[in-house]
Amino acid sequence: MDTLSTGSLSGAQKEELMDQVKQQIAIANAQELLTKMSEKCFKKCINKPGTALDNSEQKCIAMCMDRYMDAWNLVSRTYSSRIQRERNNM
Amino acid sequence: MTETQLQDPQLENFVLTETQKQRFQVLVHGLTDTCWDTCMGWPSNRLDSKTEVCIMNCVERFIDATTFITRRLMNTTKYRSDAPLVFQ
Repeated sequence: MDTLSTGSLSGAQKEELMDQVKQQIAIANAQELLTKMSEKCFKKCINKPGTALDNSEQKCIAMCMDRYMDAWNLVSRTYSSRIQRERNNM
Repeated sequence: MTETQLQDPQLENFVLTETQKQRFQVLVHGLTDTCWDTCMGWPSNRLDSKTEVCIMNCVERFIDATTFITRRLMNTTKYRSDAPLVFQ
């Protein structure tokens, strides 16, 4: 077999493989969040880019990041309870 | 995928659950993006209740809209194996 042969992996190797995959997924998700946050909070907080990030812009960005996280968690909760409801109705 | 390639039930199970989990995550990223634009005003000290309600409704209606579109598309579209999309 040319593709990844998993039959020959030991238990420890399998654990390692799964850990690595999980880590890669976590990194990808963090990157996605970072990209989205930067885009959204830049739009909200920086109207006219000056020579430096001034104090009020920094404050706004910090607040925006926290609210974006709140929104993310709320969406996650809402979506997962919707899935639960649909499942119960089936 | 041939059977010989996925012979490890533990790994197969792992891939399936992680795929499912990631599909959820991707949707949450997308929904947050959409609903943030729809609902968010100026960021303040906390998410006010008006914004919270808006975000929750936004998620629910987005799913409703997707379901509606899927149904309507299925009804107006003839699926055939040789030609995937044929509009009536």
